[in-house]
Amino acid sequence: MLDTLKKCPTGIHGLDTITGGGLPRGRPTLLCGGSGSGKTLFGMEFLIRGIQQYDEHGVFMSFEERPRDLAENVASLGYDLSGMIADKTFVIDQISIDRGEITETGEFDLEGLFIRLGFAIDAVGAKRVVLDTIETLFSALTNAQIIRSELRRLFFWLKERGVTAIVTGERGDGSLTRNGLEEYVSDCVVLLDMRITEQIATRRLRIVKYRGSAHGTNEYPFLIDEQGITVLPITAINLAYPVSRELVSTGIDQLDRMLGGTGYFRGSSLLVSGTAGTGKSSIAAHFVDAACRRGEQCIYFAFEESPDQISRNMQSIGIDLGSWAGKGLLHFAAFRPTSFGLETHLSTMLKLVEQIKPLIVVLDPVSSFAAAGTETDARAMLMRMIDFLKSQRTTALLTSLTTAGHAAEQSEVGISSLIDTWVLLHNLEQAGERTRTLSIVKSRGMNHSNQARELLLTDHGIKLVDIFVGPEGSILTGSARTTQEATDRATVSALNQDIARKQAALQRRRSAVQARIAEMQTELAVETEEVESAIAQQTSAVSGLLTDRTVQAQQRENTGDQR
Amino acid sequence: MSDTAPAIQWDLRLYVAGQSPKSAAAVTNLKKLCETHLAGKYRIEVIDLLKSPQLSVDDQIVAVPTLVRKLPVPMRKIIGDLSNSERTLVGLQLRPTPADTRLS
Repeated sequence: MLDTLKKCPTGIHGLDTITGGGLPRGRPTLLCGGSGSGKTLFGMEFLIRGIQQYDEHGVFMSFEERPRDLAENVASLGYDLSGMIADKTFVIDQISIDRGEITETGEFDLEGLFIRLGFAIDAVGAKRVVLDTIETLFSALTNAQIIRSELRRLFFWLKERGVTAIVTGERGDGSLTRNGLEEYVSDCVVLLDMRITEQIATRRLRIVKYRGSAHGTNEYPFLIDEQGITVLPITAINLAYPVSRELVSTGIDQLDRMLGGTGYFRGSSLLVSGTAGTGKSSIAAHFVDAACRRGEQCIYFAFEESPDQISRNMQSIGIDLGSWAGKGLLHFAAFRPTSFGLETHLSTMLKLVEQIKPLIVVLDPVSSFAAAGTETDARAMLMRMIDFLKSQRTTALLTSLTTAGHAAEQSEVGISSLIDTWVLLHNLEQAGERTRTLSIVKSRGMNHSNQARELLLTDHGIKLVDIFVGPEGSILTGSARTTQEATDRATVSALNQDIARKQAALQRRRSAVQARIAEMQTELAVETEEVESAIAQQTSAVSGLLTDRTVQAQQRENTGDQR
Repeated sequence: MSDTAPAIQWDLRLYVAGQSPKSAAAVTNLKKLCETHLAGKYRIEVIDLLKSPQLSVDDQIVAVPTLVRKLPVPMRKIIGDLSNSERTLVGLQLRPTPADTRLS
């Protein structure tokens, strides 16, 4: 059997996925990045999760921050460092070199550092070590040559000790680290980066090198929030999720019928797109209302309106979202897309979905994400969101605002290919009025209607009515449709009257004929009776004659014998 | 204090790691220097970090050998085998420090 590289799981959300199991076990990993890119926290989390999840004790050697500051920093993430130190699972040691009080003369080495590190490792039986940031040695001591040879020895020594180490280094101009640490740590190099695009910062992580192991080569966005670091793999989710065959109602009868009778597939992704004021949110409200009626949990992510405003507006079409929220079935989450970066949004949403485990999630509208980043970023984010929701078998309902005049197919933040069912809303302007129409562009796996319907917002929700096609093939909606309906009704009624008249005439004729038939049958009966009685008389006359003749013959015979 | 130990004005601590040539050289160089410049006024404590590693924390020892001047205050540290006695004397502030000689 091949002796493959052993890995040390970091426990950091998502990182173990892209590294295929973690950092190289028993070897040092170089973690580089600019200031404020999250190196220290990364190292801290590696140690703390090692203690909490894998029972591997840790040593944190800080060359910069004071232990007290570090403990306070991670306390905000809910980690109790002093507790771990008291439990002898964690050692934090600060190496501070005050250049002002130091004079260098002659040969020296960094054996003191080795001894301190070894002492700390032995004190808790550490398996994981973080050196943050060892490069400060270069600014503290002047003899760079000694430092270099000592660092080489240090990394070798760390390997000998069999500890999994993270060595952090400040990003340099044109090189990974200012002092070329990457020359010494060659097994695994992780780069952290923080970039600001259009005033929104996104943190990214990249595995620059991982000797002896396959790894994701992309730049992966990552987040730092109250739960620590989360790396978001873009393509970790494969397409192998099981799908549901259960159909559920949209809450609008006519729309269910248009989709083939019973509604949409549970866990599918639906897009409702249209220009401003076409009723996108109203359709979303129907979906939510229907789901809540079935007792399902829903999350409504609102990016443009406050929950209160949505509730109020939906009351005007007879949907009381507020009461579902009150019953704990509907969860509103409203925030401005521009308030944080896309990754933060994604992670916030994912966490809420994981926590509540809803059956339906509404994103209203997704088009506003384009404002929080570039369109490409927005698409990538939505793709991950949709993928995630599919893997959770959660229905996703996305609304998207299209700009009037644009081709609807162009302006869907490029996500239409990910969508199972796409409902398109149009604002039709003719004869001095606007009417809303609804059509289904596509619905995967469903025998859906290809006809447009007129969408009416009534006190009792959305009604979809058939569109009339005028004599010249024009579509009639609104009052034109009403007129056409009246005309049609008049025509129908005239036709109906004619039919009734004809039916009455037929009935009359039928009655007349039947009367005549009855009369003739009576005549026949009378005739029959007469003829039959005549026949009877004649028959009896015939038999009378025959009888007389027989009697005479007998009498003649009798007289003859006697003679 | 001045009554009981009037002679001790210089309290020096030398951190070494085992019996390495650098350590041995540092001890020899230090003793020689003290006898020359601080005769009767000094005390040297040699600490082997291999034997008592925990002591490395208090004085923030990273490099060895490191000479720490505990007294007189303020504390001074001199890193290296003390082979350059001029620099050592400057480090111990036994020589006036011109601004330019501080830079190496």
